[in-house]
Amino acid sequence: MSADLVIRRARIFDPSQNLDLVGDILIENGKIQALGNQITVPPGKPIPELDAQGWLVTPGWIDIHTHLREPGQTHKETIKTGTEAAAAGGFTSIACMANTKPVNDSSFITTYIQQKVAADSLINVYPIGAITKGLEGQELAEIGSMWEAGIVAISDDGKTVMNSYLMRKALDYSKRFNLPVVCHAEDAHLKGRGVMNEGFNSARFGLRGIPKASEEIIVARDILLTELTGARLHVAHVSTAGSVALIREAKRRGIRITAEVTPHHLTLTDEVVGTYDTNTKVAPPLREPQDIEAVTEALADGTIDALASDHAPHSVEDKEVEYDHAEFGMVGLETAFPLYYRIALKKGVSLNRIISAMTQKPAEIIGIPKGTLKLGADADITIFDPEMKYRIDKKEFRSKSKNTPFDGWDVQGKVRYTIVAGKVIYSEAPGGHR
Amino acid sequence: MREKTHIPSRVPPNSLGIKSLLGTEFLEKKQIEQILKYSFLFKDLLDSGKPVPQTLSGKTVILLFFEPSTRTRSSFELAAKRLGGNTLALSKEGSSTEKGETLIDTAKTVQAMNPDLLVLRHPSAGSPFHLDQTLDLPVINAGDGFHEHPTQALLDLMTIQQFKGKIEGLKVLIVGDIAHSRVARSNIYALQKMGGEVSVCGPPTLLPPKVEQMGVEVHYGLNKAVRDKDVIMTLRIQFERLNPGQSPSRGEYSKFYGISESVLKAAKSDVLIMHPGPVNRGVEISPDVADGSRSVILNQVGNGVIVRMAVLHLLTGGELPKGLV
Repeated sequence: MSADLVIRRARIFDPSQNLDLVGDILIENGKIQALGNQITVPPGKPIPELDAQGWLVTPGWIDIHTHLREPGQTHKETIKTGTEAAAAGGFTSIACMANTKPVNDSSFITTYIQQKVAADSLINVYPIGAITKGLEGQELAEIGSMWEAGIVAISDDGKTVMNSYLMRKALDYSKRFNLPVVCHAEDAHLKGRGVMNEGFNSARFGLRGIPKASEEIIVARDILLTELTGARLHVAHVSTAGSVALIREAKRRGIRITAEVTPHHLTLTDEVVGTYDTNTKVAPPLREPQDIEAVTEALADGTIDALASDHAPHSVEDKEVEYDHAEFGMVGLETAFPLYYRIALKKGVSLNRIISAMTQKPAEIIGIPKGTLKLGADADITIFDPEMKYRIDKKEFRSKSKNTPFDGWDVQGKVRYTIVAGKVIYSEAPGGHR
Repeated sequence: MREKTHIPSRVPPNSLGIKSLLGTEFLEKKQIEQILKYSFLFKDLLDSGKPVPQTLSGKTVILLFFEPSTRTRSSFELAAKRLGGNTLALSKEGSSTEKGETLIDTAKTVQAMNPDLLVLRHPSAGSPFHLDQTLDLPVINAGDGFHEHPTQALLDLMTIQQFKGKIEGLKVLIVGDIAHSRVARSNIYALQKMGGEVSVCGPPTLLPPKVEQMGVEVHYGLNKAVRDKDVIMTLRIQFERLNPGQSPSRGEYSKFYGISESVLKAAKSDVLIMHPGPVNRGVEISPDVADGSRSVILNQVGNGVIVRMAVLHLLTGGELPKGLV
């Protein structure tokens, strides 16, 4: 799947090289061959040209937190539909969580996913393996075998490894494979049967609350265990100001920790739960304005390294029920970018930080040779129109599931081309290709 | 921001100006006053033995109950019948919900039978909102989880008005499991809108988070809380719904939060004692207080039917003969 292409007159923006210039990119055999002004194409070789004037060209975007639901729940999403959604959202590489059915807790399932990816996906998909067998929190999964098969991280995402001894052992064991351990931080007992953030609004709406401390206790515990073991921790979907403070302090002490934040935790507060729209039900829950401020500031100053969608497709049957009984989670791949870009436009977080958190940083976290336009790198590229305004319409989603609270939002910043190894795998341009 | 419901064309306009009664949080003072005005109007008719206008004649009210309830359901049923309406009660056991049908499907099926109004009792907060948004007919929330139970608060207001002659300026104490009480929430909003001052008292494990932000005074101890109150409303405590971390035992709960004659020594002599029922005698309230001269518990039950008549009448767009209003 390699190709040749010239991208002309683009604003090339690559945080990995501190690059922000207007020029051309030459791609040969699926690799970045040259960057610069008015690149001349080698003679005797007709190379297709793409005029990107007025658009931004960045390294292909990476989402390290998605749920593709295959195997096991293909009525919600499949590898095919999930990766099509990713491509439409501008993502060239994604990592998929282990909570499939069966759970990705063995090399057998890892290999199955990779075979389906090879057959059905136009983008790069990196499986994440389970920490414990069956996500049950009882015994370690065969992490080494999954690592040999190609996993890039381990996580029981969706659940917290509540046994601190086992979490410590997982962190210890991960060092042999240099895999990051991704923690889903929610103390199961404190969370109880909670369905939204605990606070004044949960009192008003008569819904069971999930205290912020349920997240912060686990973040604090896992920081201490990471310090104890010297392993590498990645905190998924940070949602509270308290977690941000803990992570900032841990980084200051030199502990090997990274973190991510989702589009919804950057944009929505628990106030929206008052409509009882079950698309607002997500784990960890939507928090309060001071938390949005804290995670935004942490994104800006790099305390939070990466942006990740936590794309969690659920069918209508899972969501068109009472708030108490609805599944947690929302789709995100096709709405992530305009929401991130909104943070740059409205909150003043630099474009450099936003793009870095979608390219270079996630690549570093899961250890993949992506997220850069350096010469010789894979030509995974995303091109977007920074000016275009449009309205989010869930009916247009490629994802099988439409569970989004952002339907009808007016946003700015639209993906025009998604390119993997030099090949255009998604495009949306007025009147087709320019 | 919680949006108020619009009035779709199929629903007849009514003088309350709302399609559904989802909670007292969404009512304005003048709407509460109007409901109380009609309640006392119906009460006068009933008390004087005059005929009640049959404004629900030919109309059907469906009572969709997903939780066991005797008093609220029979109260609505009686209210509808006194106004000449038909009722159909569907309980969880009798509906197809247990066969896997969703709440929305059940409601759509019910709507297809062309009723004029739906009364919903449901264990999950927000369920009446889902029905209100999906269905083209008025919905009355008869209790959703521990969110709201607006007609209970309205009947409590009516009872206070009846015995105290006013609500404005009165000090009302609500005692018990506030966290899991829809009655408490609906009463807090309604009383405050009518100018009452609300305090709550209960074990800290059973108070909602940030409850003080609701503008109420918060007490952990009962003795201090009962002083200077005009009304004490004690709530039914449901031990079967609590977990061991919320209250250690009935005995201990009763010792600290039970309303007894000895607790009332510190209270005003004319304090009104209320309870939404059914009463756990000897737990949240002692039998002598429940049956005592200051108790208006049975008046609440009677007023419950009347308030529901007023609400059914108003939401179905009924008109009373001239001269009555």
